[in-house]
Amino acid sequence: MPDTERPEEHAPEPAPDEPIDQPTDQPTGRERLRRAMLRPSRGQVVVAVLLALLGYAAVTQVRFTNVDDTYASLREQDLIDLLNGLTDTSQRAESEIARLERTRDDLRSSTGAREAALAQAQERATNLSIIAGLVPVTGPGIRITVTETDGPVDVDTMVDTIQELRTAGAEAIQINEQVRVVAQTPFDDAVGGIEIGGQLVTSPYVIEVIGPPDALHGAVDFPNGPRAGFEDDGATVEVDELASLDIESVVQPRKPEYAEPDSSQ
Amino acid sequence: MIAALGLLVGIVLGVVFQPDIPLWLEPYLPIAVVAALDAVFGGLRAYLDGIFDDKVFVVSFVSNVVIAAAIVFLGDKLGVGGQLSTGVIVVLGIRIFSNVAAIRRHIFHA
Repeated sequence: MPDTERPEEHAPEPAPDEPIDQPTDQPTGRERLRRAMLRPSRGQVVVAVLLALLGYAAVTQVRFTNVDDTYASLREQDLIDLLNGLTDTSQRAESEIARLERTRDDLRSSTGAREAALAQAQERATNLSIIAGLVPVTGPGIRITVTETDGPVDVDTMVDTIQELRTAGAEAIQINEQVRVVAQTPFDDAVGGIEIGGQLVTSPYVIEVIGPPDALHGAVDFPNGPRAGFEDDGATVEVDELASLDIESVVQPRKPEYAEPDSSQ
Repeated sequence: MIAALGLLVGIVLGVVFQPDIPLWLEPYLPIAVVAALDAVFGGLRAYLDGIFDDKVFVVSFVSNVVIAAAIVFLGDKLGVGGQLSTGVIVVLGIRIFSNVAAIRRHIFHA
């Protein structure tokens, strides 16, 4: 700042930048400016020197401001403010991070809960489909072949047999690879056979049952059990225990017309 | 004309030499430049008003620069340098605006 080293002259005149009304009997500002541009007076030299200084300093400062991206030239107070600002910013950023992490964890746990519920519901649906006979199933079980020889098989004997098999833990029952026996399946007498689930089934009756083979076998063979019943009707009974057997027939799902879930339970 | 040339020469010198600012001057140079700008605009306005005087201009230029720097220096010593330089800049900015408004009225009659 070489300006400060200049000897100061004290002038009694008013400062040039104080507002003063323009005298009316003098040339206008525009004319004066034009004259100064065309015929510079000697007094302009001083002004020129000062303006040169100003330009020099201004350019230097501008260049310095562009170059100086460090904190070397800052005041102590500025540095403290800067540091406080940075601290505040990082604190805000940290709380933002914590908030977002909380949101992420919430979303993650709700997603997990939803997936668990979905898996549970799917498992339940699978179980119910098997019970309702909506899907083909496979597994160990027995095959009972009832062949009429001397007389027709009574429908009661057939129902009793199914009942015994259920008691022994039958999970899926199929007759003649034709009818899937479920809770709603009706049994009825018919000419030449038995009507099961709306279909006529004729001898030989092949009852395929998925369940524990030993228990099912026992349920057929116990005294006065199904085997005795069939033989009384005049039929022969053959039981095979199978390690794996497929039940392919299914029942068409029927929408309940009268019953509906009781939400109060 | 000479004045405008002087300004141009100063700018060119600054660009060519690319001087380094001494460290003790760093906080004061921006304020000094703004103060000098204020004096220049005041001088231009006085010139257009027809009351320009070389001596007054020099004195006002130098005193503006010195006082602005002194205020900032004092502020630094008192620990309020940043705020005080802001205040000085605001005041000088207001003065520059009013001076430029007067100059504008002279040149454009508007």
